[in-house]
Amino acid sequence: MIIRSWGIVMITKTINQKAWLLVLPVLLVVSLNAIIPLMTVVNYSIQDTFSPGVFFFEGTKWYQEVLSSPRFHSALGRQLLYTGIILLIEIPLGVAVALAMPRKGPWVSVCLVLMALPLLIPWNVVGAMWNIFALPDIGLLGYGLNWLGFDYNYTQQPLAAWFTIILMDVWHWTSLVVLLAYAGLSSIPDAYFQAAKIDGAGSFAVFRYIQLPKMKRVLIIALLLRFMDSFMVYTEPFVLTGGGPGNSTTFLSIDLVKAAIGEFNLGIAAAMSILYFLMTLLVCWVFYTVMMRGEDS
Amino acid sequence: MAQIKIDRLAHSYYAKPETEEDFALKEMDYLWDDGGAYALLGPSGCGKTTLLNIISGLLVPSRGRIIFDNVDVTTKTPEERNIAQVFQFPVIYDTMSVAENLAFPLVNRGIDRSEVGRRVKDMLETLELSAKANHKARGLTADEKQKISLGRGLVRYDVNAILFDEPLTVIDPQMKWQLRTKLKELHERFEHTMIYVTHDQTEALTFADKVVVMYEGEVVQIGTPAELFERPRHTFVGYFIGSPGMNILPCEIEGNKAFVAGHSVDLGANYGPVDGARLELGVRPEFVRFTEGVEAGIPVSLVSVDDVGRHRIVKVRLAQHEMNVIVPEGRALPDKLAVVFDAERCGVYANSHLLEPEDFDNQVVGYRDDY
Repeated sequence: MIIRSWGIVMITKTINQKAWLLVLPVLLVVSLNAIIPLMTVVNYSIQDTFSPGVFFFEGTKWYQEVLSSPRFHSALGRQLLYTGIILLIEIPLGVAVALAMPRKGPWVSVCLVLMALPLLIPWNVVGAMWNIFALPDIGLLGYGLNWLGFDYNYTQQPLAAWFTIILMDVWHWTSLVVLLAYAGLSSIPDAYFQAAKIDGAGSFAVFRYIQLPKMKRVLIIALLLRFMDSFMVYTEPFVLTGGGPGNSTTFLSIDLVKAAIGEFNLGIAAAMSILYFLMTLLVCWVFYTVMMRGEDS
Repeated sequence: MAQIKIDRLAHSYYAKPETEEDFALKEMDYLWDDGGAYALLGPSGCGKTTLLNIISGLLVPSRGRIIFDNVDVTTKTPEERNIAQVFQFPVIYDTMSVAENLAFPLVNRGIDRSEVGRRVKDMLETLELSAKANHKARGLTADEKQKISLGRGLVRYDVNAILFDEPLTVIDPQMKWQLRTKLKELHERFEHTMIYVTHDQTEALTFADKVVVMYEGEVVQIGTPAELFERPRHTFVGYFIGSPGMNILPCEIEGNKAFVAGHSVDLGANYGPVDGARLELGVRPEFVRFTEGVEAGIPVSLVSVDDVGRHRIVKVRLAQHEMNVIVPEGRALPDKLAVVFDAERCGVYANSHLLEPEDFDNQVVGYRDDY
């Protein structure tokens, strides 16, 4: 309730504790699917175990170990580099493709279907496809590059492996940015473009002052989705390179699985998981806060 | 500033229009004066926005030409025509400040920076937005945004015309009055040719010197507000303008008398024999009154009474036809209702178009196309 007097606005809220009861079912579901599994991980990250049911409290030991481990540092570095490159390519490329797509006519649906295709392919299939596609002896891409005179073998050269993984991700996920940006563009009323024409604005000014501001919200969503997905990427690089050659494409998630399942270091893996989760959460929060600053409603 | 000539213009949204029905705008020829304030008035779908977009250059007509001061601009872009347009929903550039918004059309045209600053400052004052010059345009109210849309047209002093497409639709009633007054003021100051599309008769009649009434893709009358009220040239104009609209009663004509459901009505002019046309008598509710005392009139029966404050609108039935009568405040309704029509104010319509009376020599001087 808002009470106005002498220009001062006072806001008073009706307090009714019964409302908590209504939240209870949701709380129950969330605790089953999120809080309880997360707590298990937290448990592992602060204890050590030698046999089932035997646990020793270790405090922050695993966290310290992970944070001071060069292996974790390099995996994190690779992860950040990968995500950075992905965002730098996919966001501008997605916007450019969306701008180039027709706004009406029969080609709209053709374009939309073509764009949606990569998104419909299961992730491990994408990895397997590119694995074969890029093989230097039998794959079209690998063979073609070598035929053109490039010395390309992603199974042995770290640079080639990175090139292939990034190309695969761009192929797989740029469509998502395109579809979001296109949705943002189509929601702009014609009057804006007509007014800009009358104001004598060139196509860059139209982009800068109409299309980009109107796309801002969907681009924030695209950025967040692409950040989260690429930061947590696992299946595709795992199928394509398995983290190699050497450790050159071992990203955080691949490293985590190695620690947990390969080496059975449950404490370390649990601590890594928690740190991984917190990092993703933190970056998303920072992104969102910065981008939405000054935005009303 | 320019005179606008519409030369045998017609438009259809179909690629290959075949029948008359396919045309959103039927062929028309008009000349609109430089510096005039025109309103295009008509119901939704009558073609007024189509005509506006053709004048502004957002649409190229299927046939005919648009001429600005002897220059054919039919296929020219809005920019080349040098016009400004204000749309139904305010268009502002969200990321710019109010001042930057106003400067935008000038900057795009490469006008000197100091000149831009001077004009923007002047426009901010005119629009009473000086205090908000550096605010982001995004946070403003709808009427302030619409003022900016208008201002972006007005800062270009040399525009040939300013076109408005129902610009007050999203504005609060209170602000509508203020903005309309502002528009009138700006028109007097800058003397731009202004064309204003609306379906609201109050807006049209208060804004414009000349109102262009459109109906089903045709211009049915161009006239001053007074002409439209006193002498509607088409039954649609009579019906659309006025509150309530004109009473339209099917009738027969014999010389200077009309017969409505067998009752004779004096017309005050001779119409001679009229054959083959659908004839109607049009008379505004303001010019119909109830008889008093022993005066003879046409008997009617009461349907309903609406008290609108200044007067009452009495709906009555004359034979099978319903009609309205305006009764001034404080006057009681007689027990036995009968009406008389003001002979000077009755119009005869043949196939919906106003018929001119014959002169004393029984020679036809006016409208005879329709019969």
